[in-house]
Amino acid sequence: MTATDAGGAVAARASNVWKVYGTGEAQVVALRDVSVEFGSGRFTAIMGPSGSGKSTLMHCLAGLDAVSRGQVHVGDTQVTGLGDKALTRLRRDRVGFIFQQFNLLPTLSAQENIRLPLDIAGRKPDPQWWDTVIATVGLTDRLAHRPSQLSGGQQQRVACARALIGRPDVIFADEPTGNLDSRSGAEVLSFLRSSVREHGQTIVMVTHDPVAAAYADRVVFLADGEIVTELSDPTAETVLDTMKKLDSTELVH
Amino acid sequence: MLRATLKSLLARKLRLILSGLAVVLGVMFVSGAFVVTDTLSRSFDAVFATAYSQTDVAVSAQPKIAVDEMEGEQVATPLPADVVARTRAVDGVAEATGLVSADGARVVGSDGKVLNSFGPPRLGGNWTGTDDLLELRAGRGPQAADEIVVNQTVADGAGLAVGDRVGVLTLEPKKDFTLVGIFGYSGGRDSLGGVQEVLFTEPVAQRLMLGRAGVYSEISVRAADGVTPEQLRDRVGSALGAGYVVKTGDQLAEENAADLQEGLGFFNNILLGFAGVALFVGIFLILNTFSIIVAQRTRELALMRAIGGSRGQMIGSVLVEAVVIGLVAAVLGLAAGVGAGAGLAYLFTSFAGGLDLAPIGVPPAAVLSAFVVGVLVTVVAAVLPALRAARIPPVAAMQDVATPDRPLTRLTVAGAVIGAAGAATLGVGLYGDSGGATLTLILSGVLVSFIGIALLTPLVSRPVVSALGRLFSWSLPGRLGRLNSGRNPRRTAITAAALMVGIALVTGVTVVMDSAKSSLAQQAEDNVKAQIVIGGEQNGPRPPTFDPEVLRRAAAIPGVRAAAGVWNDQVVIDGERAWVNATDDLARLADAYGATAASGTLATLRPDQVAVSTEEATERGWALGDRLTVQTARGDPRPYTIVATYDPATLPGSMLLPAAATAEFGIPQPLTGFVRLADGATVDQVLPRVKALVADSPEVSAMDRSAFVAQQTGDFDTIITMVQILLALAILIAVLGVVNTLALSVLERTRELGLLRAVGLGRAQTMRMVTVEAVVISVFGALLGVVVGAGMGAAVVRALDGEGITDLVLPWQRMATYLVLAGLVGVIAAILPAIRAARLNVLAAISHE
Repeated sequence: MTATDAGGAVAARASNVWKVYGTGEAQVVALRDVSVEFGSGRFTAIMGPSGSGKSTLMHCLAGLDAVSRGQVHVGDTQVTGLGDKALTRLRRDRVGFIFQQFNLLPTLSAQENIRLPLDIAGRKPDPQWWDTVIATVGLTDRLAHRPSQLSGGQQQRVACARALIGRPDVIFADEPTGNLDSRSGAEVLSFLRSSVREHGQTIVMVTHDPVAAAYADRVVFLADGEIVTELSDPTAETVLDTMKKLDSTELVH
Repeated sequence: MLRATLKSLLARKLRLILSGLAVVLGVMFVSGAFVVTDTLSRSFDAVFATAYSQTDVAVSAQPKIAVDEMEGEQVATPLPADVVARTRAVDGVAEATGLVSADGARVVGSDGKVLNSFGPPRLGGNWTGTDDLLELRAGRGPQAADEIVVNQTVADGAGLAVGDRVGVLTLEPKKDFTLVGIFGYSGGRDSLGGVQEVLFTEPVAQRLMLGRAGVYSEISVRAADGVTPEQLRDRVGSALGAGYVVKTGDQLAEENAADLQEGLGFFNNILLGFAGVALFVGIFLILNTFSIIVAQRTRELALMRAIGGSRGQMIGSVLVEAVVIGLVAAVLGLAAGVGAGAGLAYLFTSFAGGLDLAPIGVPPAAVLSAFVVGVLVTVVAAVLPALRAARIPPVAAMQDVATPDRPLTRLTVAGAVIGAAGAATLGVGLYGDSGGATLTLILSGVLVSFIGIALLTPLVSRPVVSALGRLFSWSLPGRLGRLNSGRNPRRTAITAAALMVGIALVTGVTVVMDSAKSSLAQQAEDNVKAQIVIGGEQNGPRPPTFDPEVLRRAAAIPGVRAAAGVWNDQVVIDGERAWVNATDDLARLADAYGATAASGTLATLRPDQVAVSTEEATERGWALGDRLTVQTARGDPRPYTIVATYDPATLPGSMLLPAAATAEFGIPQPLTGFVRLADGATVDQVLPRVKALVADSPEVSAMDRSAFVAQQTGDFDTIITMVQILLALAILIAVLGVVNTLALSVLERTRELGLLRAVGLGRAQTMRMVTVEAVVISVFGALLGVVVGAGMGAAVVRALDGEGITDLVLPWQRMATYLVLAGLVGVIAAILPAIRAARLNVLAAISHE
């Protein structure tokens, strides 16, 4: 099925995307003719059981992985077929990332880590936006610290700030709370939600945690490489229910 | 356990190959040295056996001054003709031939230059006809006084043909001869081991080569049937009595071969020096590799400990890896060494010419040393990492232990202690009076200091690397590279230390050489008043000389105030061997030099008078008026009276003998001439005329003082060049170390690289980041090397203050070049790791564990 976002501009889009690994007997289809749009200024969660292809979908959308067939757009830019240089620029200027493993550079301070994408691009941060981001993530007094001197939650907030600072068209978050305790996770998620609500940021988040998904405006469900259903304005309960339903359909399959 | 070890060994092939390569190079030089000396000495054995094949017994006179192969050419004492007759009369002698054969017959080639020799003598002798050994290839033997024959090697080297007029320099200045024949030796040899041979008629040979008519240098005796050489030797010996050396041909062949072995030993030592540097630097590389491997295997090793492996087994597992690498490296190094040895032997023969190379052999010593050196070096380097492996606690298997940054205190203390010990040893070697142990003390002092400094390097690396890195911090990749190079001070330090060793060595030698050069130039500038100098560059075993007549005629040129020559030879003074000078006229020499006496007067010496330097007088306890006995190479012992002393800086040499003594010198011609101009005369006016005078002495030229100083100090540049070749080798090995360290950094930081690429770092920027890290490490190593080398060089220069090296010259330009070179080395070393970093798949890298 095709998942469309009701109204508004589209920040990222997959059209009839296939992702196939291997050939012949060993062939694995990770994405099966997936078409999905992510509206600008929306917080979308992608959910699904392990192996459903949710991470693969996100990687393809972000230009980290190439699709086998179909097309991917970020904004108006067709990602499919871009060379390394253009992809690098796309990632640098138009896309932000948040990873489960935080992935901060241990040699840089929190502040330097946050500035990293701008430094790579050779741009200066907008001072007002900088203050806003730092204040929102609550790191004002931790900026000079090295990652090793920060807690997991603080590290992930640095990573969030790093993704936000360049005001990318879309931020892709891959299980951002996977390595955090529930309290730190909640902090990070509310921070992500507020950046969408208050600053119009677009976020696409992969998660398998119904509670995390409940922070999103919309949840897209994947199973077996296909989009099976979606929810708007989810709560933890509705997400859990849908998951359960999916599990039983899995069994019928 | 063994299987697990070998498996993990195979899993890290590339890294092990890189570190093993240093051992391979070292082993190659060690075994190559053995192979080349073995092959060459067997080749020369054959040459000497051939040379003495026509001689059953040889008779010569006791030499006046016994000289070893390495200390100069021995001058034979002439045998009077009646000794030949007496020998011939001995029962059992079938034939006794008087031979003239002496070094110093220098042929002027068709290009007007003297045919050079890079070691083998240039013999002049008498023609005694062909025999089983000597065969005429063209023409005939010499019959008239102005006829000569030469061997094929001379004819080829000098471009001569039968019928040519050929100039030959002997004890006398250049004389022209007609070449009437060219000869070779049995078996199609053009020469005997590259020896140049010129044969004259007997009276001419006696006069030109021995300086006296009716004498021989040797008698070659053939035994009658039924008499063994040994019997004949004893009979001749007792018939002639004392004062003669009687030996069998076989004995002489053996003795000559043994002398040559010593000569080749020098060659051997150079190669072993290369090997030493390669292995010493290699130890750093291997130590680093094993430390890295142990760090990477922490979990695996902890797991083995957890399931019951003992500490001993952990140590064993690392050491077994080392032994395997050592063995493989030894085999490869041996193979490469045999190749290199064969190549060098071939090169040697094509240089020397006329030497038939014996089949390449691999002496047992080569094999043994290859394995001992290869395995020992690797195991020694692996001991520390092995001990570290044993200290890994079993619990590390369950924890995610980030390798903690261990404090550097212990390392620093150890480094300081070892460094101080090294410096102390060096100091004792340089300043103390340790006699024969001096060189050993200096070498081991340098070695131990290096180890101490290497241990101190991690401490220094933090601030220095950080400061160096700032040079590149203007761009983000540069800043990241700088931060990365400071992340693991131990690893950075040991990688840089490997580079330090080579650069420190070459910087040290450069400092000493440049200081010596500058001191000599300064002394010449300060002390020599003569504006024009006659002299040549010595390339072979015999110094260049010229016709003393040149001096007399130079003195007659208008505008010349004084001209004097300096002779040089070995003599025995009161039983002790020494190099001394002589001059045709001390008064003129003092005038040409502008010297004044410290005591006595620098007037023309009478035949029984001598002048000595104040330094020599103090050292030997001589005073004005003392009498000494001097034995020259050709004459009888003669008494001399000291009539003057002089400051050693103001006249050449420690002792000046009178003109009369020069006739009895081994080389009875002047080596250097000094011409001082009268006031108002200019070099431009006089120099062309002096040049015209030396036109007939093709070994020397006339030049102004600065050109002469430059020529005399040219040897220092040669030494620097040789050491720089050594540096190239050390750098090569150090590059492997940098590549190794970087490859590992890239591997360890895969996730980080993935992230950087994910947030938009381009491929070129990634490569730049890795390159900056490499350059910072390399330049850090070079900086250390330059500083350490300059320090050691300065210490040596200070110690040599008394030997006339008074200036300390720091070769800034060369030192800067070494730094730039190191930067370049970093760039080169970074190429592969940088490409690897840039090619990383972003997605795979970011999810890399």
